[in-house]
Amino acid sequence: MSHAVTETPGVTTETTADTKKKAVLSEGKRAERKLGWLLCAPAAITMIAVTGWPIVYSIWLSLQRYDLKFPDRVEFVGLDNYITVLSSPYWWNAVWVTVVLTVISVAIELVLGMGLALIMHRALVGRGIVRTTSLIPYGIVTVVAAFSWRFAWTPGTGYLSELAGGEPVLTEKLPALMVVTLAEVWKTTPFMALLLMAGLALVPDDLLKAAAMDGASAWQRFIKITVPIMKPAILVALLFRTLDAFRIFDNLFVLTAGSQGTSSVSMLTYNNLIKGLNLGIGSTMSVLIFLMVALIAFIFIKLFGTAAPGSDTGGRR
Amino acid sequence: MRGAKRRRRLVAAVGAALVAVPGIAACGSGGDGITVNVYKYNQENFQTIVDNCNKKAGGKYKIVYNKLPREADGQREQMVRRLAAEDDSMDVLALDVTWTAELAKAGWIKEFTGQVKSQVTNGTLQTPLDTATYEGKLYGAPDNTNVQLLWYRADLVSSPPETWDEMIKQAEDLVAQGKPGLIVGQGKQYEGLVVLFNTLVNSNGGTILDENGTKAIVDDKAVEALAALKKLATSKAIDPSFSNSTEDPARLLMESGKAAFELNWPYVYAAAQKKPDFAKNFKWAPYPSVGGGSSKVTVGGINYAVSNYTRHPDEAFDAVLCLRGAESQKTAAIKDGVPPTIKDVYDDPEMAKAYPMKDAILETLENASVRPRTPAYQNVSTVISTVLSPPGSIDPKATGDRLRTELQNALDSKGVLP
Repeated sequence: MSHAVTETPGVTTETTADTKKKAVLSEGKRAERKLGWLLCAPAAITMIAVTGWPIVYSIWLSLQRYDLKFPDRVEFVGLDNYITVLSSPYWWNAVWVTVVLTVISVAIELVLGMGLALIMHRALVGRGIVRTTSLIPYGIVTVVAAFSWRFAWTPGTGYLSELAGGEPVLTEKLPALMVVTLAEVWKTTPFMALLLMAGLALVPDDLLKAAAMDGASAWQRFIKITVPIMKPAILVALLFRTLDAFRIFDNLFVLTAGSQGTSSVSMLTYNNLIKGLNLGIGSTMSVLIFLMVALIAFIFIKLFGTAAPGSDTGGRR
Repeated sequence: MRGAKRRRRLVAAVGAALVAVPGIAACGSGGDGITVNVYKYNQENFQTIVDNCNKKAGGKYKIVYNKLPREADGQREQMVRRLAAEDDSMDVLALDVTWTAELAKAGWIKEFTGQVKSQVTNGTLQTPLDTATYEGKLYGAPDNTNVQLLWYRADLVSSPPETWDEMIKQAEDLVAQGKPGLIVGQGKQYEGLVVLFNTLVNSNGGTILDENGTKAIVDDKAVEALAALKKLATSKAIDPSFSNSTEDPARLLMESGKAAFELNWPYVYAAAQKKPDFAKNFKWAPYPSVGGGSSKVTVGGINYAVSNYTRHPDEAFDAVLCLRGAESQKTAAIKDGVPPTIKDVYDDPEMAKAYPMKDAILETLENASVRPRTPAYQNVSTVISTVLSPPGSIDPKATGDRLRTELQNALDSKGVLP
């Protein structure tokens, strides 16, 4: 976030200048603006083609009975698919599994990530080494890491399952979900730490030193100074991680493949869409996931006041 | 100066190679001749079979073996995805017996007719042919087949049990005497559990789906089969991790000496030969019967199908006839251990050595049963394995009712897959 601060003055003057000039546009300015539109048109059109169209198409598919196995049975069914999905116990189980996994893993990641960020920020010796090593889990491909977790937890081949008393933990719902959470936390804590460390850089040292002079304890300095100043960075980190965690797929796919009721919403969608070839039901689920992710983003941005990534007000609340 | 020159030369060489390589590759894979692309899972000695068939084709076409992923789901997904996109680079597909109906109904594979059909059906065992038939039409040429047998320890069991109840009784007696008497099998939530359930239902004379695969039946006989499965899963002699066991863990537990009975595919025989002490007492018998009469064991295996989008259908059908011909099946049986679908191959003298249990397999195959044939098989299988898991908590009547409802939803592509 540090770069956002240095950029802010420039951004502000530009925006104010822009609004003032809106009324009277000189010819040159208008031509410039037109050129601007022309220049960004290819990018904008590509964006619409690769994101807009698939979204519209999946909404259209979700309103049809469309199963590749029965090509002669395609028909428009209105909201029937939504009724089917929303009244299915499998769907609600998946929603709960996803919500619980998201909340618990993001909460643990926030605490551990903050600790890691503080260590990385304060490290006196070997700063580069500390930062690099702590980023290793994030650099490993999730599927590869998930496979090592799976083998580690498989009785007979794994060292972790021996510690757990040789129980096949991945075969029961709760223990399996705990292993998935652990794998998620291990994997993405460094990412959280990285985002938080950027926020830590915003905290002026002088402020902390002045507070220390006034007799504030380390804990008080952290809660009363560091955290409030870091709030925008924390919220952005939480937003990113929540959206990401909500779409959890790869870890689950490798670790349990959704058996014993451990399917997340993405896993369930995959099973219906790709395995089951049911384009109607599968698209309905994708649309529902899209809506839920949009809702999470809305809550974060409007209610908690997280700065939307890329907006001008970034880091200035 | 010299360095720069050398670098330029290197760049030129690399550039030339980049331009040339695709040209060479293109010549190799097509050029003037016709290429038949076969998509099959990784079978160790399949390339030998392909080479022999290429020799026989005498330059009319060239078969190229493309390896699919190891896992069945991965194989199906790749083929189905490409077929849905009307990919014309796939010619011959090796399909698991349960996928035929789905691909046929979707219009992705060609029907076998006329001369080719009679060449396929001639001398081929009936049950494997049934797996390749949908709505009275033949859509596949059976390559290999498979049935489970009952494997037991001859040092613990004097005469192998003939019925399901007898097997459980014998095992429980052994356990009560403090001897290794466990029964091992496939009880995990996956296809193996469906295979077990299908065997029990068919042996008991029950029905899961109707003949056309459009209506869920799950009759009283099927409910009795559920009770038999529950009896096994809750017996004192069942492997404690049965509800999470697949083929290989079952085999390993048997080899470790803790079990007396194993319900498994014939590959366990070859694997056991690596442990001579264990192998000398490792015997086989036909699958125990459930409702009296002989058991109707679920058949597995592979059928070859020809993609509907192939550009060379005649060559593809011709290649299929060679790839599944008697000679190819013999090679596959002896080198890769997969049971043939052509009856005569079993009589070959070389088979007796590699396949001492061939008579038991042949006998079982003659009474074998096919898993429900429906385009929605994938959904049906997922529903069955989910509803029956874990087998120990089956409540025959209630589980049967739930199975009927969820299967009907799956068949109507209305329900949500778990």
